[in-house]
Amino acid sequence: MRLLSLTTVAETLRMAAPYACAAVAGVWAERAGVIQIGLEAVLLSSAFASVATAIASGSMVLGVIAGIATGVALSALHAYLVDKTRIDAVVSGIAWNLLAYSASRLALRALYDSASNSPSIEGFRFGPTGNEGWQVLLRVLCDPVNWLALLAIVASPVILERTRLGLRIRAVGENPTAARAAGIDVGRTRLAALAISGAIGALGGVHLAFDQHRFESGMSAGRGFIALAAVVLSGWLPGRAALACIAFAFLEALQFVLQDIGQASKAVTLAQILPYAAALVALGVGVGRRSAPGGLGRHAEG
Amino acid sequence: MTPILTPARQRTLLALAGALVVMNLASFGFGEAPLETLGRIWAGTWGTPYGIGQVLFKAIPLLFTGVAFGVALRAGLFNIGSEGQLAMASLAAGFFASKLGAGLPWVVALPLVVAVAALVGGAFAAIAGAMRAKLGVHEIITSIMLNRSADVFLPWALAVGLSVDGVRTAPVAEGARVPPLERWFPSFTGSAASLAFPTAVIVAFAVHAWTRRSRIGRELEWVGQAATVCEAQGIDVARRRMQAMVLSGAIGGLTMMGTVLGYKGYYELGLGAGAGFSGIAVAMLGRGGPVQLTLAALLFGTLAQAGIAINARVPRDAMGVIEAVVILLMGAAAFASSQDEVKSPVPANRKETAG
Repeated sequence: MRLLSLTTVAETLRMAAPYACAAVAGVWAERAGVIQIGLEAVLLSSAFASVATAIASGSMVLGVIAGIATGVALSALHAYLVDKTRIDAVVSGIAWNLLAYSASRLALRALYDSASNSPSIEGFRFGPTGNEGWQVLLRVLCDPVNWLALLAIVASPVILERTRLGLRIRAVGENPTAARAAGIDVGRTRLAALAISGAIGALGGVHLAFDQHRFESGMSAGRGFIALAAVVLSGWLPGRAALACIAFAFLEALQFVLQDIGQASKAVTLAQILPYAAALVALGVGVGRRSAPGGLGRHAEG
Repeated sequence: MTPILTPARQRTLLALAGALVVMNLASFGFGEAPLETLGRIWAGTWGTPYGIGQVLFKAIPLLFTGVAFGVALRAGLFNIGSEGQLAMASLAAGFFASKLGAGLPWVVALPLVVAVAALVGGAFAAIAGAMRAKLGVHEIITSIMLNRSADVFLPWALAVGLSVDGVRTAPVAEGARVPPLERWFPSFTGSAASLAFPTAVIVAFAVHAWTRRSRIGRELEWVGQAATVCEAQGIDVARRRMQAMVLSGAIGGLTMMGTVLGYKGYYELGLGAGAGFSGIAVAMLGRGGPVQLTLAALLFGTLAQAGIAINARVPRDAMGVIEAVVILLMGAAAFASSQDEVKSPVPANRKETAG
């Protein structure tokens, strides 16, 4: 398999979807001034909720809806706690990550008596079967979850930059005290932004689960964290964040190419470090060095 | 006169109540009588000398990482990279200690290994420290990337030659072992509690005293409170931040005293994992001082050990849920009570979150 083949392109797009959803979710949260390192929890909990609902109801569409609802609920609760109780957002995010990981494992045992994965679900199967490059690519292009994700990603900058809600969210994110003086309800605006963030992040979780046709313990595998790096690298712009995620996904897809070439297998395991190392280097050399929203982590004072 | 129910105690009570609710729900969910589950937890933790020893053992890494997080936080830095720092330090210490001569006396071997762990932990943290101090890249992002890098690096390093069988390092030299507490307290027999526990408590007190008494320690706090003012006063802010981060990483690296040197006698993948994140909760819960910090470490150590005690009937993941709920409740209740307390829990400077 060559470095750039239809398969690599297809795999890159397939892998990029959860990253990109999580990253755009991160942009929504941080543009509203709320630090959200619980993206991992959003991915994981929505993946679990979508699979559990799909299994219980037999309806994949209901599964998607349940996944999105879970992401919205978790994310909005984060915003509520941070605003109302002034819990430190980083601490809250870490707690959500732990909660989603442990609770989903607990539920796996309780519902399916398994320590590692759920029974399989049908998911959406459109497009040709087979493993030729064009077949894989066509399947990716036929996946409705991908289209939902793409829609969310494309709509995000428009809503953030062109609408009244977007303006309010940015105002709250840049300077909550001034926004409040201008008559904006900081808490509610942040709640709205985080609800949207949760919905978009949840699409990533649903994508993960439907792509694997089941839920696996810890299946978000750090994607929420990589997405955070993409947020910073993008300078808090949703489009660029999604592009950065495609780059990360390409680095991940490369591992499979390397495996195919059959280079010394131990080096391949080390190649998994590529996305993280790339993120560190990119941050170090100041790619897209833009400052964070002025009100990130701040509350309205006075 | 202070009321009996101080805000801190109200918080603790609230968190304990939340923990109890989750525990009961989980018991019901798995068809167990809640009282029986609680009984099992009691017997597995504080109810027996062995259980107490195990709680102490579980508290060792948590106390170290709690102190580590607290030191960085004083300087306004959020070192959520303890997880990676302690893992790198544990591997390095385990490997180094296995290469020491068998006859080396402990007065030489032990300090050497501890120094290696502190050095490696500090060096790994220095990457995030330097990127914050020199380049202005926020330490939360870099710490997370470094954690993930360590996750990938460790299995690779073990696979390519630092291990005997691809999974664990060779046994450490006898002189580098941290002796178990059962040597002096026979009732702890069988438990993994070692001298690393009192060591961790001493470190907690020493660091507390150092941050209050020494010039560097006090400047750390000023940097955390008002970096721009410090800059104007001629304090080298970048340097102090770097020092805080390195010190934090070094202390985090000491966790291996409890796990590698005090328990297993070698390093294996995942040894001590999770302590980095739990340590943040310990630091938050144990603000205030070394006594509170030790108590917080014991509380989370109890949760971890309780998970093992019930695992046969109720999956220990229930304890992860409880831990998360405790963190959320404690954090959420902190603001309500901070109205009465003198100082905001988080240094003002941390709010200047640059990317």
